[in-house]
Amino acid sequence: MAVQKNKISMKNISKTFTTRTGDVSVLKDVSINVFENEFLVILGPGQCGKTVLMNILAGLEQPTGGEVVFADGTPKMGDLGIVFQKYYIYPWKNVMQNVELSQEVKGVDKKTRRESAQKYIDLVGLSGFEKSIPRELSGGMKQRVGIARAYATESDIMIMDEPFGALDAQTRYQMQEEILKIWEKKKRTVIFVTSNLEEAIYLGDRIILLGGSPTSVKAEYIPDMPRPRNYTSKEFLDLRNEIADNTDLAL
Amino acid sequence: MISKKEKRIRLLLSIAGLVIFFGVWEMAVQMGFISSRILSPPSKVVSAFIQKLTDTKPEGATLITHFLMSFKLALSAFLAAVIIGVPLGLFMGQYKAFDRFLTPIFEIIRPIPPIAWIPIVILVAGIGMSGKVFIIFVAAFVPCVINSYLGIKLTSPVLVNVARTFGASDWQIFTKVCIPSSLNMVFTGVRNALGASWSTLVAAEMLASTGGLGYMIQMGRQLIRPDIILVGMLTIGCTGALLSWLLGLLEKKVAPWRYR
Ligand SMILES: Nc1ncnc2c1ncn2[C@@H]1O[C@H](COP(=O)(O)OP(=O)(O)OP(=O)(O)O)[C@@H](O)[C@H]1O
Ligand SMILES: [Mg+2]
Repeated sequence: MAVQKNKISMKNISKTFTTRTGDVSVLKDVSINVFENEFLVILGPGQCGKTVLMNILAGLEQPTGGEVVFADGTPKMGDLGIVFQKYYIYPWKNVMQNVELSQEVKGVDKKTRRESAQKYIDLVGLSGFEKSIPRELSGGMKQRVGIARAYATESDIMIMDEPFGALDAQTRYQMQEEILKIWEKKKRTVIFVTSNLEEAIYLGDRIILLGGSPTSVKAEYIPDMPRPRNYTSKEFLDLRNEIADNTDLAL
Repeated sequence: MISKKEKRIRLLLSIAGLVIFFGVWEMAVQMGFISSRILSPPSKVVSAFIQKLTDTKPEGATLITHFLMSFKLALSAFLAAVIIGVPLGLFMGQYKAFDRFLTPIFEIIRPIPPIAWIPIVILVAGIGMSGKVFIIFVAAFVPCVINSYLGIKLTSPVLVNVARTFGASDWQIFTKVCIPSSLNMVFTGVRNALGASWSTLVAAEMLASTGGLGYMIQMGRQLIRPDIILVGMLTIGCTGALLSWLLGLLEKKVAPWRYR
């Protein structure tokens, strides 16, 4: 990664919610640059405002201060691929219908969008489950649907908000490996949110650590280790301790 | 999945419940705890039922005539309530303008029990078909609207957001997300509406009618024929149960994702 092209700049993002019990300041002056095709991890403790930040990035919420600048112009709705925290897939749609939805609302004809959806269903390893409905899938499979669905937007920016938070440890490790494989096959700019320190180090090209109250950027780390990374290697553990010393994550 | 054995046990329990219920009733009358002039035993009700299928005595029409009269009445009013009430509730849930415009009126109409409409309806429309259709319509309309409205309101905001990030229009969000997500609630409303229309029918017919199951029951009381009353009641009960079962089948077909 010699020359890094800026893809997204979050500039001094602040967010204050006005509630019945008064103003709550969640984000304060959060500035993050995202480079093209990098796997950026945003690491922060629970309730620190990660989802709020992603919603602002996605245009679902407006910041009370600062701005988000996209190098290629502000994307319209539908131009970002988003994997939501927990698996919010449509219970009444089967796997295929879930994955093709983003193309469907854009009015793409059935044959074209099915072909493209199939590509991503295969990519996340759900071939053969196209007709299954979410109730018939395990948690890990549902999350794969969420990932395939986000990829099927054909967006070059992927936002993933704690996609593996609800999975058991075993499935989680599997999915981490999987998501890197997919990313290497289909390079895109990935913004991956997590509150799990090991997950951050295992996945990230760069790690942005959030903390404080209200939340701001605390530090940036670059895990200089080849992939696949080893959870028990010395470098891994050293970095883990370094970040742990600098956080208010409950560990 | 339920195993075969468990299925059989469940069926057996249901049958046992019915057998005990009717058994106790039969015994209570046979052994003289209750006079058979006041309450007919099930055996008598069954023979009265069979006889009444073809016999017009004592009040002037066969059970089938009464039944069809009631059934057509309830069904037409119920269908009208579903066809108007469900879309109305869905729109009220989705679009603020509808909500603001209609909710105040609806909130006033809602607490009025359907039978409280009977006097005014009789004054305005007489005791003919249209008046009764209206009363049953009101009874069925309210649950259709409420449940459809709630179904939309309870749609997960994240599911809405997902569609929004795909660039879906408001109309697409309404039709592709909010409506499917509220279907189960809608069905609950329709089922309540069915029950409400069926029971209101009887009330309407008992007060003002020249035929129908409610009328038959009312005549049974005047002629002191408990068997006729009970035939009417059981016909109502069984039809209601059958209709609600059919509706359940339809729901499983249209909205199968909630069921295993
Ligand atoms: N619409 C809102 N109105 C008021 N407060 C809000 C609103 N949305 C979020 N918050 C507050 O912002 C804070 C951060 O919420 P957010 O969901 O972004 O946290 P998070 O970092 O994603 O947490 P988690 O790790 O549990 O997902 C919370 O304290 C929450 O109560
Ligand atoms: Mg969150």
